[in-house]
Amino acid sequence: MTGKRIRLVVDDEKCQGHNRCRLLAPDLIEIDDLGFAHAKGDGSVSPEQADKARLAVKNCPEFALRLVTDDR
Amino acid sequence: MTGRPPVADWATDFDHTDPRWTEDPYAIMAELRGRCPMARSERYGGLHAPMRYADVRAIAYDTDHFSSKRVVIRENPPNVPLPSPPITSDPPHHKPARMLLLPAFTPQRIDPLIPDARRICNELLDSLAGRSEVDAAIDYAQHIPVKVIAKMLGIPEAEGDRFREWIHVFIEDTIVDDGTSADRLVATAREMDAFFGHYAELRRKEPKDDLISFLLAAQHDGAPLTERHFYGALRLLLIAGIDTTWSAIGASLLHLATHPADRDRLVAEPELMPLAVEEFLRAYAPVTMARRVKEDTELAGCPMKAGEWIMLSFPAANRDPDVFPDADKVIIDREDNRHAAFGLGIHRCIGSNLARMEITVALEEWLKRFPKFTLQDDARIAWSKGPVRGPRTVPVRLG
Ligand code: HEM
Ligand code: SF4
Repeated sequence: MTGKRIRLVVDDEKCQGHNRCRLLAPDLIEIDDLGFAHAKGDGSVSPEQADKARLAVKNCPEFALRLVTDDR
Repeated sequence: MTGRPPVADWATDFDHTDPRWTEDPYAIMAELRGRCPMARSERYGGLHAPMRYADVRAIAYDTDHFSSKRVVIRENPPNVPLPSPPITSDPPHHKPARMLLLPAFTPQRIDPLIPDARRICNELLDSLAGRSEVDAAIDYAQHIPVKVIAKMLGIPEAEGDRFREWIHVFIEDTIVDDGTSADRLVATAREMDAFFGHYAELRRKEPKDDLISFLLAAQHDGAPLTERHFYGALRLLLIAGIDTTWSAIGASLLHLATHPADRDRLVAEPELMPLAVEEFLRAYAPVTMARRVKEDTELAGCPMKAGEWIMLSFPAANRDPDVFPDADKVIIDREDNRHAAFGLGIHRCIGSNLARMEITVALEEWLKRFPKFTLQDDARIAWSKGPVRGPRTVPVRLG
C-alpha cells in the first residue's frame, strides 16, 4: 500500500486544556484526568474525519494541535 | 458612585470604569485599534490597555514580566494580601495550586452534572409560567450558576443573594476608592471565610462528595492546604463561577432577543448550538483580568514601568479584525474561532467546561420554552462594570 496518512498531533507543552478539540472532534481526542488533550490511538485521521480534525486545529486557542502527513 | 472625571482621550486617559466603556466598549476598542492599540492612563497609578489580540496574547504568555498577584485593577488595593490560588499565583507556585483543582473540572467530571443543570433550568422556567414579560437576566440567568456552584461546593443555594452581594463588593463596588473600599473588601473576604469555615467544620467531621471536602483532603507539596490557601481557593471558586457565567448566559439571551433570525435558526438547527455558544463567548466575552508589570519592559513600542497595571481585555482580543474577520458581527456558525474568552496560557479558566455546559443547557432549555421571545420595547439594559461585564437586566416578552 502506498499513499499519505494524516495524523492529528497534540503538543503537550502548549495544551492548556481548553477542551475545544474534544467538542469538535470527539472521535479523535481523549482528555486525561487533569483535562489535557491527547490524540486517540496513533492519531490517524480517516478521510471522513479530516474536516472535523481541521476544525479542531483551527479552534485550539493555544495553537497546540496540528495535522501531519506521513508517507507510507 | 464617586465623582471621577470623565475620560478626556481614550488613548492617553483610559478608564474602564467610565460609564461609556461600561455601556459600549466595542466602539471604543475599534476607535483605539485604528489609532493607538495600546491605550494608557495615569489613573490607577499607571495603566496600559492593549486592544490587539497579539498583544493580549503576548502578555498572557509572558509571566516573567507580567504578574498575576493582583488580577483586579483597583484604585486603592488593600495592604492585607488576599491571595486566591491559582489565579493570583505566578510560576513556580501557580502550577501545583492549579493541578490540585484541575481533576474536579474535567469534562468527565462536568458531564454528569448536565441532568442537574437541566432540572435547575426547567424549575426556573416553570416558575415563570403564566407570565408574558420577564427579565431573562434576573428571573433566569443569574440563578443558574449560583445553584450549580453551590451544589458543587456543598453550600446552600438559598444563600444566593448573599453570594452575589459579596461578589458585587469584590469586583464592582470597591474598584474605585471611596475611602472605605480597601476596608470593605477585607471585611467581605473575612465574612466569606467565616461562612466557608462553618461548612469546613461540618465536612471535617463528615466528608461529602463536594468541593469543600475535596479541598480539605487535597495535598499541596505533600501537606494539607494552609488556611490561607484553602479559603483563598474557595473564595475564588465562588467569585469566578457566578457573575461570569450569569453574564455569558444573559448576553447570549440578549443577542437572541434582538436578533430573531439567529434565534429562529438555532431553534430550527439545534446542532449549531456548540458553534453558537463559542461565538457568543467570543463576541460577548465577559471577563477582563489584570496584570502588574514586574520589571520595566516594552511591548509594541510602548515602555512599561514596574508596578503599572495592565488591563488584559480578552473581550478586546476577541474583537480584533486581524484575527476574526467581521469581528464585530455575530456569526452563529463561525467555524474559525480561536477566541480567548477563557484566557490564554497557564491561567486558562479552570471552569471553562462547567461554564460552557451551563451556557449550552441554559440556552437550549430556554429556547425550547420560548422560541419566539423578543426584547421588550423601550427596554433599558444595565451593564455591570469592572472585570466582569454582562447585562444585569434583559427585559423580554415571551410570546
Ligand atoms: C463564562 C464564564 C467564565 C468566563 C468567561 C471565565 C473566564 C476566565 C478567564 C478569562 C480566566 C483567566 C484569568 C487570567 O488569565 O488572569 C479565568 C480563570 C479562572 N476561572 Fe473562569 N470564567 C468563567 C467561569 C468560571 C467558572 C464557572 C469557574 C468555576 C467555578 C471558573 C473558575 C476559574 C478559575 C479557578 C480560574 C483561575 C485559573 C488559574 O489561574 O490557573 N471560571 N476564567
Ligand atoms: S483545544 Fe487545544 S488547548 Fe484545548 S484541550 Fe484541545 S489541544 Fe489542548
